[in-house]
Amino acid sequence: MVKKEMIAMLLAGGQGSRLGVLTRKVAKPAVSFGGKYRIIDFPLSNCIDSGIDTVGVLTQYQPLRLNTHIGIGIPWDLDRNVGGVTVLPPYEKSINSEWYTGTANAIYQNLDYMESFNPEYVLILSGDHIYKMDYEVMLDFHKKNKAEVTIAVMPVPIEEAKRFGIVITDENRKITEFEEKPENPHSNLASMGIYIFNWKTLKEALIAQAEQPALDFGKHVIPYCHGNSAPIYAYEFNGYWKDVGTLHSYWEANMELIDIIPEFNLYEEYWKIYTKSDALTPQYISAESKVERTIIGEGAEIYGEVYSSIIGCNVTIGKGTVVRDSIIMNDTVIGDGAKINKTIIAENACIGNGVETGTGEEVDNETDPNIYNHGLVCIGEKTTVPDNVSVGKNSVIYGKTEPSDYPGGMLASGRTLIKEGEKA
Amino acid sequence: MRAMGIILAGGGMKNSRMGELAAKRAVAAMPVAGSYRSIDFALSNMSNSHIQKVAVLTQDNARSLNEHLSSSKWWDFGRKQGGMYVFTPTRTIDNTDWYRGTADSIAQNIEFIRDSHEPYVVIASGDCVYKMDYGDVLEAHIDKKADITVVCKEMPEDVNVERYGCVKTDSDGRITEFEEKPVKATSNLISCGIYIIRRRQLVEMIEKASLENRYDFVKDILIRYKDIKRIFAYRMNDYWRNISTIRDYYETNMDFLNPDIRRYFFRNYPDIYSKVDDLPPAKYNVGVNVKNCLIASGSIINGTIENSVIFKKAFIGNNCTIKNSIILNDVYIGDNSYIENCIVESRSTIRANSVQKGDEGIKIVVEKNERYVI
Repeated sequence: MVKKEMIAMLLAGGQGSRLGVLTRKVAKPAVSFGGKYRIIDFPLSNCIDSGIDTVGVLTQYQPLRLNTHIGIGIPWDLDRNVGGVTVLPPYEKSINSEWYTGTANAIYQNLDYMESFNPEYVLILSGDHIYKMDYEVMLDFHKKNKAEVTIAVMPVPIEEAKRFGIVITDENRKITEFEEKPENPHSNLASMGIYIFNWKTLKEALIAQAEQPALDFGKHVIPYCHGNSAPIYAYEFNGYWKDVGTLHSYWEANMELIDIIPEFNLYEEYWKIYTKSDALTPQYISAESKVERTIIGEGAEIYGEVYSSIIGCNVTIGKGTVVRDSIIMNDTVIGDGAKINKTIIAENACIGNGVETGTGEEVDNETDPNIYNHGLVCIGEKTTVPDNVSVGKNSVIYGKTEPSDYPGGMLASGRTLIKEGEKA
Repeated sequence: MRAMGIILAGGGMKNSRMGELAAKRAVAAMPVAGSYRSIDFALSNMSNSHIQKVAVLTQDNARSLNEHLSSSKWWDFGRKQGGMYVFTPTRTIDNTDWYRGTADSIAQNIEFIRDSHEPYVVIASGDCVYKMDYGDVLEAHIDKKADITVVCKEMPEDVNVERYGCVKTDSDGRITEFEEKPVKATSNLISCGIYIIRRRQLVEMIEKASLENRYDFVKDILIRYKDIKRIFAYRMNDYWRNISTIRDYYETNMDFLNPDIRRYFFRNYPDIYSKVDDLPPAKYNVGVNVKNCLIASGSIINGTIENSVIFKKAFIGNNCTIKNSIILNDVYIGDNSYIENCIVESRSTIRANSVQKGDEGIKIVVEKNERYVI
C-alpha cells in the first residue's frame, strides 16, 4: 500500500511578469540564479533535504525549460519507485476543462494525484523564492500544536509590512486575524506562501470552494478554514528568505552571494542545493584576466576582467572586456573590448565587440518603468547585440538586433528594444 | 554498437612511477583536468561509441574508483539494456587469487563475457586521456578481417618510448613486431592499450592462456600470437596520453591550459562525462590574482595563482602564491603559503605560512594536518 506522511505541491506555473524579458520564454522558477542554479532548485532541494520524496510540480506558463530541467528528478534524488517528482500541467477533462485559474485551483485540479499517496499532510510551496528551510521542523511544529493549517511567516520591517499578507497571532502563535496588504499593519509577521495542511482539511476546503473563480490560498482557502475555526498556526522562520519577484530584487539577491561570507551560503556541506548541471568542465582564467569578488560557473572561459559579478556556465568573456556588477547567464558570449556595467544578460545571448552598457544618465523606462528600473540594463535570452553600440541605463533589449536599431550607435537610457528573431 | 567494453583499471599501488599519488587510489581514479578522473575518458568514449555494456576490472585501492563509479547514469549507459559492472576479484571454489595480470583479470570474469551476446569486445585501459570513436576502429577491424586490432600512435621522434609497447607493421598495417617496454626502441609506433577482438576469439584465447598459467594480455596474447593471428594496428592521430608517471600526469593536466586542447575536449562534440558532484560555482574574493589557470567548481580562491590547475573544492587562503602547480580535490591551503612546482594530494590541509617548492622536478605534497572549519 502506498502511504506518504507528507507530500509537497510546488506551484511553478507563474510567469513572473515583473522579471520582464527574463521570463519571456521561460517560467520564473526556471530562471537562472547564482551562476549555475535555477530558482526552482531551492524549494526542490529543500524538499529532499527535509526528507520529502514526493513532489508534484504544477506548471502552466512556458514549461519547456522547466520540464527539461526537472526531467525525472535525478539531480535531486527524486527519481523514485514510489513518489519522486511529477510534473503536473493542466489537462483536458470530460467536462469543464480549464487552465489553472489560481494557486488553490491548480491544487484542486490535482486532488487525484495527492489522493494516490494517501498523505497525512500536504505542503504547499511556491517556486520563486531563494531560501533554505527544513520543512520537517515546520511539520513538527504543526503536529505539536495539533494545527490543521500552519503558515510559515517571517518578521519584516513594520514599514514594509503593508506590501505583504500579514498575520496576527496570540502568544501561542495561533493565528487570530489576517490582514492582506494592510494600510496600518498590526503585526510584522508576513506570510511566506508556504503552508502545511492536514490533508483532510485541505481536501474539504478545496471541494467546498471548487466553484470559486480564481481560487487562491491567501484570498479564499485560508479565510475559509479560519471561518470554520480550524486551528491555524504561524511558524516563524528567521533564516535567509528572498523573494526574487522583481528585476532589482533578483539582481540584489545574486549580488549578495559574492560577499566574503554571504548570509546565504552555498558553500556549506550541510543542506546542499542540487541542480541539473549543464556543464562539468573547469573554468579557465587567462593570463590577461583579472577576476575579483565574483562567482563563476563551470566551463566559463574568461579572457577579460570581471568584478563583482555572477557568471554562469560556459560563458565566454573576451579580451579587454570589463564586466562589473552584472549577471551573465549560461552560454552567453561577450566579445572583446566591451564594457558591461550593472547589466543582466540572460542565457545564450551574444554581445558584440566593444559594446558598452549602462552608460549615460538614468531615465525612466519608456514602456515599463515599474519593471526596468534602478539603472539596470536587461538583455533577454538568445539576443544579439551588434558591435560597438552603447546602451543606456533602464533599457531592455530582446531579439536579434541590428546596427540600424541603434541610431548613432546608441540606445538611449530608458529605451525598450524588443525585436523578433533570435540568435541562430 | 556491436561491441561490449572492458576497462582494465586494476593498476595502482604497485605502480612506483606514480609515487605517492598511487598510494591512495587506482591510477584509473586519478583526478584529471580539474573536474574528471582518468577513467571518465574511456567510459565516455564507450558511451559515445554507443557501447551499452561495460565491465570495469579493478583491484588495487579501489575505494575511490568504486565511489566514482556509483551509477551508470553519469555516463549514460543502459540500466536494463546493458549497464556498467565493476568487478573486483572474488574468491570462488576454484580460485582464491587476486588478478595476476590483465589476461587473468579477464579470465576470472570470463563467464560474464561468455554469457554476453555482443559479437565484439573493446578492451581499453582506464589511465589514458583521449577521445575516440571505437566504431571507427571496429570498422577497420572488420575491413582488414583482423583477429585483433591494436590502436597505435606514432610518437614524435624526441619522445622516449621505452615504457610503452612498440610495434612495427607491414605495409598493410599488420603487426610484425611487438616489443613491450624495449630497452632500445626501434620504432616510434606505440600501442595505446586499446584493443578490439571478436568476443568468442577472446574467450577462446583467454581460456587457453589461463590453462597454461599465462596472465598478461600483451605478452601472452598479443606477442605470443602475433605470427599466427592477424593482428593489425589502427593508427590514431589525435591527442592521446597515458598518465603512468608523475611527469606524464603533471604534463597531461597542464596540457589543458592550452586553448586548442581545451576546446577539443571541453567544447567539441562529443562530451566527456563524469560523476556530478553538486558543488557551487567557484568563488573569487577581493585581492585575487589568477592568471592562466583552470579552476574547478566548489573552490574558494584568495591570493595569487599562476599557470596551475585547481581541482574541485579547493580553498586557497589569503596572500598565498601558487605557481605551476596542481592542487587536487578538497585541499585547504592556509594563508601566506607559497607553493611552486608541486602536486598537492587530495584532502591535504596545508598550514598557514608553509613553503613547498619542487626544485628538481615535481614535488608531491601530502599533508594531513587538522583542518579548522570556520
